Amino acid sequence: MIRSDQALRRRLRARRGAGLAFAVVCLAAAGVSIGALSILLLDVTLDGAGRLSWDFVNSFPSRKPEDAGIKAALWGTIWMMVLTAAFAVPIGLGAAIYLEEYAPRNWFTRVIQVNIANLAGVPSIVYGLLGLALFVRAMDLNRSVLAGSLTMALLVLPIIIIAAQEALRAVPGSIRDAAYALGASRSQMVFYQVVPVAMPGMMTGIILALSRAIGETAPLIMIGALLFVPFTPSDPLDRFTVLPIQIFNWASRPQAGFQENAAAGILVLLVVLLTMDSVAIVLRNRFQRTHKG
Amino acid sequence: MDRVNSMSGASRIKPRGALGTKRRDWREPAVHGVLLLCALVSILTTFAIVATLLEETIAFFEEVSLAEFFGGTTWTPNFTPASYGVLPLLAGTMLIAGLAALFALPIGLITAVFLSEYAPAWLRSILKPLLEVLAGIPTVVLGFFALTFVSPEIVRPLFGTSQIFSALSASIVVGIMVIPLVSSLSEDALTAVPRALRDGAYALGATRFEVARRVVVPAALSGIVASFLLAVSRAVGETMIVALAAGGTPNLTYDPLEAVQTMTAYIVQVSLGDTAQGSIEFRTIFAVGMTLFLMTLVMNVISQYLLSKFREVYE
Repeated sequence: MIRSDQALRRRLRARRGAGLAFAVVCLAAAGVSIGALSILLLDVTLDGAGRLSWDFVNSFPSRKPEDAGIKAALWGTIWMMVLTAAFAVPIGLGAAIYLEEYAPRNWFTRVIQVNIANLAGVPSIVYGLLGLALFVRAMDLNRSVLAGSLTMALLVLPIIIIAAQEALRAVPGSIRDAAYALGASRSQMVFYQVVPVAMPGMMTGIILALSRAIGETAPLIMIGALLFVPFTPSDPLDRFTVLPIQIFNWASRPQAGFQENAAAGILVLLVVLLTMDSVAIVLRNRFQRTHKG
Repeated sequence: MDRVNSMSGASRIKPRGALGTKRRDWREPAVHGVLLLCALVSILTTFAIVATLLEETIAFFEEVSLAEFFGGTTWTPNFTPASYGVLPLLAGTMLIAGLAALFALPIGLITAVFLSEYAPAWLRSILKPLLEVLAGIPTVVLGFFALTFVSPEIVRPLFGTSQIFSALSASIVVGIMVIPLVSSLSEDALTAVPRALRDGAYALGATRFEVARRVVVPAALSGIVASFLLAVSRAVGETMIVALAAGGTPNLTYDPLEAVQTMTAYIVQVSLGDTAQGSIEFRTIFAVGMTLFLMTLVMNVISQYLLSKFREVYE
């Protein structure tokens, strides 16, 4: 009796020990990502902070690293983001509203849904190949900011659709019933009642999609965004470069001066992205709070 | 009353009502149609991807045999005589994705278990946004990190090599990139496991670790495997990290300390140069792109299937 009691205690100690060990492993695992993120931010800041200045933001690229700046890249990024949003947001929201509020539950709707999920997983460089063949060559838009934005719009479309669908799904059914009960048509119900309630959630998805778009590099290299652009685009058919490509160009040069420029460019890009992400997170938290109550 | 109303005020009330209905009559189908068109854009995109890849790939295989493409062990499209064996690129891709998966999948899963089973609410509310920030770091930035930190500060001193470019430094950073993906998708799967299963195990005297390892993780297994597949597919399709840090030489090797070239990095390399449309070199990027597309598609489809099975069980 006493012996088995002791054995039980020993076993219990071993089991609790295993649990404790695992808790430590858990903390270590979580520490890997947090550590990597901190080191990355620290590394980039140490490399690039000294190079940040108004001249850096407001100069064109140059053969001399100390004269080079990101003016063309920054303007290219703004152009591309605005045009991408102009294409992707209406189509993405339209598709999401169709799938959630209009589509019949049949095989065709399921095909569209599965297809969107798969598109979200297609490597970005494949979108680049599509953009090269379709927009640059077949539609003859050349290597313009318009061709780049269209490519990027197709790339972020699944992200917008999936996020907007989730936002619409979170709207309580009672709102739809109430609108119908007051005699609203389907489109009145959707556009005057459901969409306004889902708006913060949709905005979150849109912001995250756009922040993905301004960080993407590979598809724009494919469609031939320039590496050396000493001008800002003045219309959608102009050639262009964007921040990530400028960073890639500098990072792939061996000279220390250009490495420093790359780090400074990264700092600018990260500040833009983190601002967008925090707006998205705040919006989402507010959205979740209103729907819990 | 009703009848009196409708008779006396018929001329005034009826047209208004009729006008209202009429407007809705053309509006409703129009709205429906426009929205349907938006949804069809995604189908068109898929068709366009497959069509453009197929067109150039077929043209490529008119000049190069399938056996040479998939059986050849040297990839030298710009040499004369050119050689089009995709194996070195495929091996480079698998080497980097495999190594990245080797450490990112366990870390991602353990992070997910931690978030769903262990972490108190306050820690979750710090960890999750940080993981999202990590997930949102552009890959070109991660590539810079691989090149300027991981390679010179970790890989080279640790293994005593002088190589700037190596498969290992690229794959470490690719792994860091996919950890947030694995942890967030796996966590979704873990939290979907019903509370009752956990309570049952606790009632039988299981410790928290035993509940997680023997009950929750097995119950969420298909969702976890789905997240693993998506992560590997993302690693296979990753471009900028490998373009910056893995080197640019097609290399059929298993040594992670050597420089390799992946399929994606090859495509980038070609498009950085000046390649004439219609040339065989231009077509190689579509043939390689097609291979990449099919590989990731297979993994994504299996992952979607597993997820739908998983949802059937628990939702």
